[in-house]
Amino acid sequence: MADLAVLPTNRDEDWRYSDSAYLAGADVQAINHWRTLDVPAGETRSETAAHLSGAVVDRLRVHVGAGGRFNAFITLGGGHFQRAELEITLEAGAHFEFGAVTVGGDDKVQEIVTRVIHAQPNATSNQVVRSVHWGHATGNFLGRIEVARDAQKTDAAQNFRALLLEKGASANTKPELEIYADDVKCAHGAAIGALDEEAAFYMAARGLPPKIAKRLLVQAFLGDAFAAMADDDARETMLEQALHQLGDAV
Amino acid sequence: MLQIDNLTAEIDGKTILNGLTLTVNAGEIHAIMGPNGAGKSTLAYVLGGRPGYKVTGGSVTFQGKDLLDLEAHERAALGLFLGFQYPVEIPGVSNVQFLREALNSQRKARGEDPLSGADFLKLAREKAGLLKLDMDMLKRQVNVGFSGGEKKRAEMVQMGILQPAFAVLDETDSGLDIDALRIVGDGINRIMRRPDKAVLLITHYQRLLDVVKPDFVHVLAKGRIVKSGGPELALELEEEGYEAVAA
Repeated sequence: MADLAVLPTNRDEDWRYSDSAYLAGADVQAINHWRTLDVPAGETRSETAAHLSGAVVDRLRVHVGAGGRFNAFITLGGGHFQRAELEITLEAGAHFEFGAVTVGGDDKVQEIVTRVIHAQPNATSNQVVRSVHWGHATGNFLGRIEVARDAQKTDAAQNFRALLLEKGASANTKPELEIYADDVKCAHGAAIGALDEEAAFYMAARGLPPKIAKRLLVQAFLGDAFAAMADDDARETMLEQALHQLGDAV
Repeated sequence: MLQIDNLTAEIDGKTILNGLTLTVNAGEIHAIMGPNGAGKSTLAYVLGGRPGYKVTGGSVTFQGKDLLDLEAHERAALGLFLGFQYPVEIPGVSNVQFLREALNSQRKARGEDPLSGADFLKLAREKAGLLKLDMDMLKRQVNVGFSGGEKKRAEMVQMGILQPAFAVLDETDSGLDIDALRIVGDGINRIMRRPDKAVLLITHYQRLLDVVKPDFVHVLAKGRIVKSGGPELALELEEEGYEAVAA
């Protein structure tokens, strides 16, 4: 466990891609602070957050009771350093639904860190993270899934994709699976790439100017992260806020 | 409408088009046939403005403007439509959204008012009907999960909606069964067989030309047009092969 009295540094595995200058100057108490949330058995709680400006380190620890459900949807669109970290413990049959995007340019560093603990059998989790970066910005996703010895029939999925609009932008991902049960399904996928040139030309050939074509492609790309949001209006708002951060980048 | 004069083009330093000259007037349908590697698709892409194709000589005038001076989307707004041999899948973007954005971008570039959502859907429904494509298909993601035939029919629906003055159709008949070929061919006739429009059909086979009857047929070989004639030339090619006819 991290010492609460010291600042994390890039030498700590969980902070290895974080902005070192930010860490060096951070408030030690603030950066070690965790919000906590208890989702009672059988109930559902949701959290939607769009961090569109300023530095953010938001750490949330959630306990989801048996048969409960926790939904979280997050946009990191500000700067200079933003980190949303979630530690979720799932009891029997509980579910965690997670969608997050990082979108930024300049030399921003935006990172999503999750630790999902399947503590009991039959719990499920689904995580979709999308990153779009340009300039010299960096998007990170560190996703850890732990399946306890008794947590049979766990079904955990994690998917990360990054879209780098310019040379100089980067993305890091570190999926970690720690599985102690034998009857589980854990799926993870990660891909980092550039904009699809074929699609861009196809769209141009139909009359779409490059800016609009790119925006449509980015919108489709980011949309995956919020596809599981039940409320259409809230989903639209999240997507628009994220797209707004693109500014003149596309 | 379109004048191609002594056009040369290369890709990755390799010359593909080698002095191609062709004039297409309004109201005409031209077919270009030729063996693999003759430069048929390259011609389509060069006209469409695909990045990576380098024009090294000659000129192309379309609607009185220097086509080669325009970006791909500007060529579309000027009335050029490129039908793809392999239509591209765009996950996460619906046909309806894609085509409405495309049409309204073109209209904006021409100084026309955008089409409302309702008017657009009416237009889309009409053109989908023409190609016997279920309207539900247009609500799905662009070409994602479409069969080869569905993709080609969707291309023609796009052409119907965008109403170009000139269409370059690159092997639109490939991958079509006989029924789909008839539907696509009829669609081309209904949309493009007009005094103010013209078509350049790139194809390997006579069978599409049985439905879409060309006014002129050209044989493309080694990057240039080596023979031109009327519809009978296509039949001759079908019987005797490219080498015999083009020699």
